[in-house]
Amino acid sequence: MNSVRIYPLGEIAAVVEFGKRIDYETHVRVMALAERLEKKSFPGMIEYVPAYTTLTVYYDPLIVGKNGQEDAYQNVRAMLLDLAKVKVKKRKEPGRVVEIPVCYGGEFGPDLDEVAGSNKLSVEEVIGIHSGGQYLVYMLGFAPGFPYLGGMDERIATPRKATPRQAIPAGSVGIAGAQTGIYPLETPGGWQLIGRTPVSLFDPQREDPCLLRAGDNVRFVPITKEEYHKAKS
Amino acid sequence: MSLEILQPGLLTTIQDRGRYGYQNAGIPVSGAMDAVALRMANLLVGNGEGEAGLEITWKGPAIRFKKDCLIALAGADLSAKVEGMPVKMWRPVYVREECVLEFGEAVQGCRAYLAVSGGFDIPRVMNSASTYLRGRIGGWAGRALRKGDVIPYGEMSKERRAWSKEWVNGPDDQSFIPAKWTVPPSLLPVYEKNPVIRAVEGPEYGLFPAGSKNIFWKKKFQINPRSDRMGYRLAGTLPDVNTGELISGAVTFGTVQVPPGGEPVVLLADRQATGGYPRIAQVITADFSKLVQAFHGDSVRFRKVSLQEAQQLYREQEQNISTLRQALQRKFEV
Repeated sequence: MNSVRIYPLGEIAAVVEFGKRIDYETHVRVMALAERLEKKSFPGMIEYVPAYTTLTVYYDPLIVGKNGQEDAYQNVRAMLLDLAKVKVKKRKEPGRVVEIPVCYGGEFGPDLDEVAGSNKLSVEEVIGIHSGGQYLVYMLGFAPGFPYLGGMDERIATPRKATPRQAIPAGSVGIAGAQTGIYPLETPGGWQLIGRTPVSLFDPQREDPCLLRAGDNVRFVPITKEEYHKAKS
Repeated sequence: MSLEILQPGLLTTIQDRGRYGYQNAGIPVSGAMDAVALRMANLLVGNGEGEAGLEITWKGPAIRFKKDCLIALAGADLSAKVEGMPVKMWRPVYVREECVLEFGEAVQGCRAYLAVSGGFDIPRVMNSASTYLRGRIGGWAGRALRKGDVIPYGEMSKERRAWSKEWVNGPDDQSFIPAKWTVPPSLLPVYEKNPVIRAVEGPEYGLFPAGSKNIFWKKKFQINPRSDRMGYRLAGTLPDVNTGELISGAVTFGTVQVPPGGEPVVLLADRQATGGYPRIAQVITADFSKLVQAFHGDSVRFRKVSLQEAQQLYREQEQNISTLRQALQRKFEV
């Protein structure tokens, strides 16, 4: 249960793998190691990247390998093995809850009807289910500030569009298969768009450029078109 | 002190060694594709290695320097000229005000780096001056340089000015004066058109069928013209790749991913921090320069090395840079 696998990603990173499935327990273990490294980095550590089942740690091989006197990867591996073994106390408090206002449907959610229709639900029911849930941010990646959210209700799962759109506006909230997410930047994509948030997930000028962090819990809060435009201005 | 972009060239951006510490927020590292060339250009003008420079791609820009300055060009030989006269690379060059630097044919490699003594005077975004084009972050307004852009650079330090006076003896009508010395040949990189790139096995190497692996290490992959700073798409299909998508995990510069179509992609400076395709190989750091100095239409072949070799070659490359750094420190002592 508490086993880890460690393997190299070239000579400048080591990957700590906690499991093979996306689940809460694995996520807690990934975040626990991240927290330990955040509190106490080792000499030569550059940064770490949490993902669903892994934590990848980037390092300077010259420093870690004491300029060739020792094997850098073996040193990092031993260190991480020790750190990963520390018993994980059950997380006392859940991560912060971040509320994200969403204007559902209309021009902001051109695929809302399709999501409703293909799941044999009314539009109101889709909005109710989507905004009624609480979503865990497993990791950020893919684009600046983009959260990989877990926990979407299967009742509103809808396959990606057969023909992706060329440009999805930033702030779009969508569904792709069993996942839900928010586009922080305008990019092409095949997600079913059900709404849009006036809040920016990523703003390089903010002191904390990213709105969300791994471990946060997201709730979507329905707002009206008027409230959307007010928030945007 | 500033320079003016008269013509932008194919793709000219401001890059330093990259934006580190934010990958866990989904922010790519970006930075110079050929970090070694940037570092050497900086060392040659007495800058810190991590100072921002201009990354010049294939067809170079036309640049007017508004004030006297000390510059160095490293990386690809793109036939640089100042006021129409060929200017040598891999050494500091004193350029007089109002002179124009231009480029011509690519002779060797495709990415050149221009460092200016004193560095570029631009705001840092998340601790870096590197440009992330897709995210419009950093560098010069988050974009490639355009005609009319005026980029400020710092003052040449008193020491650098005093030092260059020693060899800048020519009359005022000489538009530029190069140093008489250059990087020793043993430290000069050589860029091949169709390089052999060394790589270690990637984390998912074991998932690939034997046939795919064999072809991966043998085939000459042409670099698809649809490649960019995010990655090199390689033309050539690995057979029987049916690993599909995997659980997303971290990827880095030099990670070779194989999407379901079977055509490998080598991730580069503007790659995303995480990816979901199986990673068949990881290019070693010591071969990053060789890789990115091959351009669209050139071919690459991969050669497997062990992690120990990769670590050894990393050390050797850093040793070379260290040797250059020390030699230049002695030269710069006024």
